Amino acid sequence: MKSSYSQKRKIKNIIVHVFLAILAAIWLLPIFWVVLTSFRAEPGSYVDTFFPKSYTFDNYIKLFTDTNILNFPRMFMNTLIIAIFSCLISCFFVLSVAYCMSRLRFKLRKPFMNIAMILGLFPGFMSMVAIYYILKTVGLSEGAMIRVALVLVYSAGSGVGFYIAKGFFDTIPKAIDEAAYIDGATKWQVFTRLTIPLSKPIIVYTVLTSFLAPWLDFIFAKVICRANADYYTVAIGLWNMLTKEYIDVWYTRFAAGAVCVSIPIAVLFIYMQRFYAEGMSGAVKG
Amino acid sequence: MKKKKIKHNTTPYTFENAVIKGDATTKLSMVLMGVGLLKRKRFVKGALYLLSEIAFILFMVLNGFNNLAKLPSLGTSAQKEVWNEAKGIFEYSAGDNSLLILLYGVATLFLLVGFILIWRSNLIANYKAQYQEEHGLHLNTFKEDVKSLFDENLHKLLLTGPVAGVLVFTILPLVFMISMAFTNYSIQDNHLILFDWVGLKNFVDILNFGSSIGKQFWGVLAWTLVWAVFATFLNYIFGMLLAILINRKDTRGKAFWRFCFILSIAVPQFVSLLIMRTMLQPEGAINVLLKNAGLINNALPFFSNATWARVTVIVINLWVGIPYTMMQVTGILQNIPAELYESAKMDGANAFTTFTKITLPYMLFVTTPYLITQFTGNVNNFNVIYLLSGGDPTPVGATAGKTDLLVTWLYKLTIDKQYYSIGAVIGIMTFVVLAIVALLTYRNTGSYKDEEGFM
Repeated sequence: MKSSYSQKRKIKNIIVHVFLAILAAIWLLPIFWVVLTSFRAEPGSYVDTFFPKSYTFDNYIKLFTDTNILNFPRMFMNTLIIAIFSCLISCFFVLSVAYCMSRLRFKLRKPFMNIAMILGLFPGFMSMVAIYYILKTVGLSEGAMIRVALVLVYSAGSGVGFYIAKGFFDTIPKAIDEAAYIDGATKWQVFTRLTIPLSKPIIVYTVLTSFLAPWLDFIFAKVICRANADYYTVAIGLWNMLTKEYIDVWYTRFAAGAVCVSIPIAVLFIYMQRFYAEGMSGAVKG
Repeated sequence: MKKKKIKHNTTPYTFENAVIKGDATTKLSMVLMGVGLLKRKRFVKGALYLLSEIAFILFMVLNGFNNLAKLPSLGTSAQKEVWNEAKGIFEYSAGDNSLLILLYGVATLFLLVGFILIWRSNLIANYKAQYQEEHGLHLNTFKEDVKSLFDENLHKLLLTGPVAGVLVFTILPLVFMISMAFTNYSIQDNHLILFDWVGLKNFVDILNFGSSIGKQFWGVLAWTLVWAVFATFLNYIFGMLLAILINRKDTRGKAFWRFCFILSIAVPQFVSLLIMRTMLQPEGAINVLLKNAGLINNALPFFSNATWARVTVIVINLWVGIPYTMMQVTGILQNIPAELYESAKMDGANAFTTFTKITLPYMLFVTTPYLITQFTGNVNNFNVIYLLSGGDPTPVGATAGKTDLLVTWLYKLTIDKQYYSIGAVIGIMTFVVLAIVALLTYRNTGSYKDEEGFM
């Protein structure tokens, strides 16, 4: 009786593990394939074998040295600069708003939260055309100012995305704040010296999400850069490599570029999801 | 632990009081802002109000009135060709650009509203100074005002930047786009430079079943809803099942399995979607694999047949979405009290019953807000559709493809086709759909009603 039960359990376990292995294979197949393609020696976009016939490292070298048509290193630098600045601004905005909504009580608090929710329901890029004209009117749509424009686009409206950070601040016991007020601390001091140091997970989370945004978005970048190839971000560059005129030469280099961009982002993401889980579960436990 | 709300309207410094009880200088400050403050030696604050008034009047005289005056007509003079006898060439006279007129007009309206708010706060500040002087109360100096920004008025300091950013980069463009829905700004009939208000005509066109654009709209709307429901719930259920499978007591190497799935979403979405697209082309890797294995003779029509394309995007979206759900529900699953499962086991419940009677209800209760954001996210899921199928297959003569969502159609209409007015209407309709869904569900969830209940 007992042995048949444990045998049944054994079979069940084997089935589950095989099933998980199949699923994992399905999920990892595209990634595996792009890595293979990035080392493929035969040019062209479509080949009739799954595995390359011969392997090379050329695609990576060409990607960083052949900068005549699509300048990948420059795109990389553009994106990095934009990401750093927009990250600084959005972090400040998101944390400020989240703190105000969580801890301070003032007349317009509820209306502000409702407006933020309503704004979230509009398709994000519905206003894209309008934003482009606003940027054009203030002279940010040409030349090097495109970088400033992109920083603004990624960070200026970030204040409405405060919900996750607010949820985190909500979990910090208010008694800590009150104790500080009794000791004569101002609200600014409580915010900067008490709440911020207690909020490491959510700060890391906010920093990383806002840092990643410019690497992942390509709609806004495409509309704002238009034909100014000098200011392209990585996402537009990679997308361009797959357009009809470039795909034959650039396909394997696209794969190489995709691998280069994905590795740091994947590392950051995997690092971040730990903080995400912590951020969800609150600050001070017990 | 709940505290009663302290009512804030007991303060005597209100706009109404200022109008009724204000003395001569307070009333004078309705016209000359900040005078009352200047009289009471609050020079910096008073001067700031006065300066803002001067700046606003200067702006209105130089640009503002002109901007507002043109708003009702949106410009009348078209660009004209004039024959220049002396030079023997055609010269172009600069015509009105309706788009800029609309943008400047809307921006001026924003400034006007902003100025009215400043004016109101000026009146209250003047009255406050008067009241405090009359009652022998302490009158804040400028230094103290600044100091208060770091304490009881901290929200003003912290919110100014974010609110300004949202106003200029979210709300102003949105109002601008919404007003576009009431014009005929479109490449149709050549209204790209000079256009007019047309009232609700665009809305009538779109909602009309008979017109060609109306038929497309209802088709796209129906598909958007079908897509959002499938994408949201299939991802949710399958993601949860996967998480449960990995969380099982007997599953070995939990961290390894999780890592495998999380790795697939750690790759930027546009990269993995572009890879998927090339893999699913007629000559792509999937078809090559299947052909080599001898399973098929002709390439599968992943993106050229409407039904195939629709199923394909939903399935690929499962590939994208399941790991996300897994990642987000794992923690919550571990929080379900173990006693519930134990007592169910004792009552002889099988795995299926435990899932439908315990896990699912518990998860639904906790994750309703998450489901709603997922649903709105899917209605607005631009990336998956645009990068995978691009909305294809597109019937001849239509602007919307068979897999186009409202958002991707909106993108095509505005960016590719320049049908701006119709695009703006589509954007508004998307909002209406989402607002209805959100209102019906979100307000009924516990986490909204009882914000403090968490503590």
